[in-house]
Amino acid sequence: MKTRILGFVALASVVAAMAVALLVVPPDQNQGDAQRIMYPHVASAWLAYLSFGITALAGIGWLWKRDLRLDAVAHAAAEIGVIFTAFAIWGGMMWGRPIWGVFWQWEDPRLTTTALLLALYVGYLLLRRLTDDPERRATRAAIVGIVAAVDIPIVHFSVEWWRGLHQTATIASPDRVLNPAAPMAFVATLLGTLAAFTLAWLYLMIRRYQLARAEVAREEAVRLDRLMSARTAEPAR
Amino acid sequence: MNALRVEARIALAVARKDALAELRGRHATVSTLFFAAVVLLLFGFALGPDAARLAAAAPGFLWLAVVFAGILAVNRLHLLETDDGALEQLALYPVPRRAIYAGKALGGFAVMLILGVLVLGAVGVLFAVDVIGAWLPLLTTVVLGAVGVAAVGTFYAGVTVRLRAREVMLPLLMLPALAPLLLGAVKATSAALAGDPFGELGAWLQLLVAFDVIMIVAGAATYGYLLEDG
Repeated sequence: MKTRILGFVALASVVAAMAVALLVVPPDQNQGDAQRIMYPHVASAWLAYLSFGITALAGIGWLWKRDLRLDAVAHAAAEIGVIFTAFAIWGGMMWGRPIWGVFWQWEDPRLTTTALLLALYVGYLLLRRLTDDPERRATRAAIVGIVAAVDIPIVHFSVEWWRGLHQTATIASPDRVLNPAAPMAFVATLLGTLAAFTLAWLYLMIRRYQLARAEVAREEAVRLDRLMSARTAEPAR
Repeated sequence: MNALRVEARIALAVARKDALAELRGRHATVSTLFFAAVVLLLFGFALGPDAARLAAAAPGFLWLAVVFAGILAVNRLHLLETDDGALEQLALYPVPRRAIYAGKALGGFAVMLILGVLVLGAVGVLFAVDVIGAWLPLLTTVVLGAVGVAAVGTFYAGVTVRLRAREVMLPLLMLPALAPLLLGAVKATSAALAGDPFGELGAWLQLLVAFDVIMIVAGAATYGYLLEDG
């Protein structure tokens, strides 16, 4: 029941935040309405990083405590992280088209880093699907999740360098908004969107966690059932 | 200090075992080399016969060929262990897990180094770039790249070796993780071939060193859990 209330509150705040971002806040002077994409985009990117951090921490927790609930947290976070990553990339591309003139800007280190991030964690999720035994799956996933998280800063750093060691970014970047010169209305809208999206994220996390637990419970039940029927079938042979 | 020497000896023993199996069977090296050569040829076809364009793209070809062939190499080295439950035997050895990881990675490094040097030579011949003139920075890059591919590959091959869909999963997991190495190695190779006009070679080599060290530590710390999970 509490989760359901949280769900409604999250939905209402996302709708409210989007209404403010799309309709109320004035458009950016240089970028016009396209800049409004920044609000959900930044919020999604932040939640994606948060999710992958949780996946790694829960993975460490599993290796340490051997509690399958921690693995369910890691699973839930990775899946939701992938969704938010995809959403962030999509938003970035929608913003890039009118501002940069192209969907994909190879010069932007964040875009390319995020694409690699998506690939890393889609791999993580596929790996999970290929292992049937819950504990084995948890161990493999934990290790891959930890190494992926270790890889993220190196990926980011290397892509940033790769863009050009002796050239600074001159393109308008979304986080200009966060500098002190940005009008208060922009900052407030961004923070409001962050809060609303985080609420939605929390709701999704809880639901996905419950689902992950239910999946494991069902797997166990099916396995037990198979064992039992194998035993009872034996004397007949 | 003494414990470290013992672990190094264990790692060498594991690597020697892999090398011996490889020398007798020659599965990994020959097929991997052939694969890398075919990849280089196809890259040449894909980009057309314009010599200047091919020479400009040569560093990228070199490292893509090395990385693609590396997938095969590390996979082969782990497949050796699945025959007759050898991996279970390896897991039974009462030695530190990281020493086993180091040994497997060392074997992978040896294969990758041979591969890297030969592919470098092939790139020099096929795409008319002056490999000999800048041999020292190029060799350094190849060594650092080989360490990185072996470190990451050994780890992911250990993850995927028991999976049904191993052939798909290994590249899927390994390639995105190797992206920083690819960037660094290609940039270092380009800089070395051009005579390092912007003085950036050192920075790229440092990036490779950092990548190698971090991935070796991560692999050594986690590989043990893979062996236990049976």
